[in-house]
Amino acid sequence: MTMERRNFLKLLGAGAATATVGLSGCASLSAGGGGRKVVVVGGGYGGTIAAKYIRMMDPSIEVTLIERNDHFISCPFSNLYLGGLLPDLSSLTIKYDKLAANYGIKVVQAEVTGIDAAGHTVTTSKGVFNYDRLVVSPGIEFRTDEIKGYNEEIMPHAWKAGPQTMLLRKQLEAMQPGGTVVLSIPLAPFRCPPGPYERTNMIAMYLKEHKPGSKIIVLDANPDIVSKKGLFLKGWKKHYEGIVDYRPAKKVTEVDNGKMTVLVEGIEEIKGDVINVIPPQKAGQIAHSAGLVGPDKKWCPINPTTFESTLQKDIHVIGDSSIAGAMPKSGYSANSEAKACAANIVAVMNGRGITDMSGVNTCYSFVSAKEAVSVTGVYQVNKEKNVIEAVAGSVGVSPDLSELEAVYAQSWIKNILTEMSS
Amino acid sequence: MRRKIWSKCALAVCALAISAAAHAASPSAEMLSNACAGCHGTKGTSAGPSMPSLAGQSKVFFIDAMKKFKSGERNATVMGRLAKGYTDDQIVAMADYFAKQKPQGQNTAVDPALAAKGKAIYDGACKRCHLENGKEFEDDTPVVAGQWLKYLQIQIDDFTSGKRKMSEKKTEKVKSLSRDDWEAVAHFYASQK
Repeated sequence: MTMERRNFLKLLGAGAATATVGLSGCASLSAGGGGRKVVVVGGGYGGTIAAKYIRMMDPSIEVTLIERNDHFISCPFSNLYLGGLLPDLSSLTIKYDKLAANYGIKVVQAEVTGIDAAGHTVTTSKGVFNYDRLVVSPGIEFRTDEIKGYNEEIMPHAWKAGPQTMLLRKQLEAMQPGGTVVLSIPLAPFRCPPGPYERTNMIAMYLKEHKPGSKIIVLDANPDIVSKKGLFLKGWKKHYEGIVDYRPAKKVTEVDNGKMTVLVEGIEEIKGDVINVIPPQKAGQIAHSAGLVGPDKKWCPINPTTFESTLQKDIHVIGDSSIAGAMPKSGYSANSEAKACAANIVAVMNGRGITDMSGVNTCYSFVSAKEAVSVTGVYQVNKEKNVIEAVAGSVGVSPDLSELEAVYAQSWIKNILTEMSS
Repeated sequence: MRRKIWSKCALAVCALAISAAAHAASPSAEMLSNACAGCHGTKGTSAGPSMPSLAGQSKVFFIDAMKKFKSGERNATVMGRLAKGYTDDQIVAMADYFAKQKPQGQNTAVDPALAAKGKAIYDGACKRCHLENGKEFEDDTPVVAGQWLKYLQIQIDDFTSGKRKMSEKKTEKVKSLSRDDWEAVAHFYASQK
């Protein structure tokens, strides 16, 4: 034992001069290597910001952003469209042309079909791209296999904004007064913890105004409201008494698209005129095929300082797909994670040391047309535990429903989408 | 025996590597400040009308505001909570970062007649502290020129309702101003590029 320790110390001493290089072998950030090419996969809340900030911090690094669509529609605020507070999704839609021009980012609209971590290449529908470092920000994929019979065309999830959101809105509009909407919430963790409850508010608001006698049954797989509980309960009591029927610990496992019913735990049958099933979630598909997903087979383990995958060298995972400790799977989190990741990629490519991450999350949820509530947090890495934790005192929710927060929320979405698109 | 030693060493090195955070430097001013941009805009130029720009803001004012948010002295929604996430040193670092950024200005729509009226009121009551049409600062006064109208109006609501405390000097100066006068001054400041 003593021998071993002495030898070990000797070895450490001998290796001290090359410590940085030595460390790189085990999934921390490797030093330089001279490469100047970064590829970013995914043009959402995380990917756009990673691409922009790398170029902002070091314009000599070549950055290619690969995204399958020519635009991106924000999930945050899409519940307002369902509630009728937005006429369409145009204010939530960004394009990439200004971002590309302002920061010299090469934007490629293509489907990523494969990532070769050993060969440092990304294969797409428009050719193969080499990288020195890769940032993967693919958002979420649904675990639809856990809901027997699931068909998103009949019971939309509307948890990726776009056609799905429009489909759900159409179904709500077509519903007769006195109808029943069923909303199914999956087990946490899922994208946007307060999102399903905000959606409950927005649908209830729409029903109250336009579909008298209707109600919304909320089947929550979780044992309780996941986020901002007291505030949501207050909102339901104040505005939607008799409209919102919230039922905790009700996990939907099966659906019948013909009968328009869902089955809770395969037993309890609940019928709806409009059924919004938000399935349980996992990291975006490309993260799975690239070997970035951990033993839970759902999410991607990362180094909390650099967001480099602990499974694949030189690949960083940010946003909803990553396991980012206490940071919730939110748009603001993805924005913050992208910046910490970008700063450390730039540092390493320039032979500088890495810097601790400092992140922020602020999530607003609308309760009614004029009131919103928020949850906030400032995040940093706990160095002993090597996980991202909230800074004490910074995490908290609004003391009450707030008209001013609804005003601030409108500026938040404007700022964050502007940041992503220009 | 030898193999055992090696594997132990390898494990130890890996453990060091994965806890890369232990080797990382404290968050830089840039790292801290970048996280604010989700609400306050890239490099502190806000695109949202109720959110103030921080670019080019007075360092003294920024520090003072953050400390008042932190202590609860200044009325806030999210800032009272977020400010608690930063040490005094980190607040100074962020103040320094934003003070150095160049304000980009915003295209906030103002009423030219009100802005002209506001200019006259400004000349009488405000210009001793809010220097150069609100573009410059002195002591703990903020840069107010070129801020969004909506943001300025929210601050007026807070000042006139007593939610945001005014200095003795400010209280004295604004004593004779009506709500409409305040509004006119806001239009004037917002009109400044």
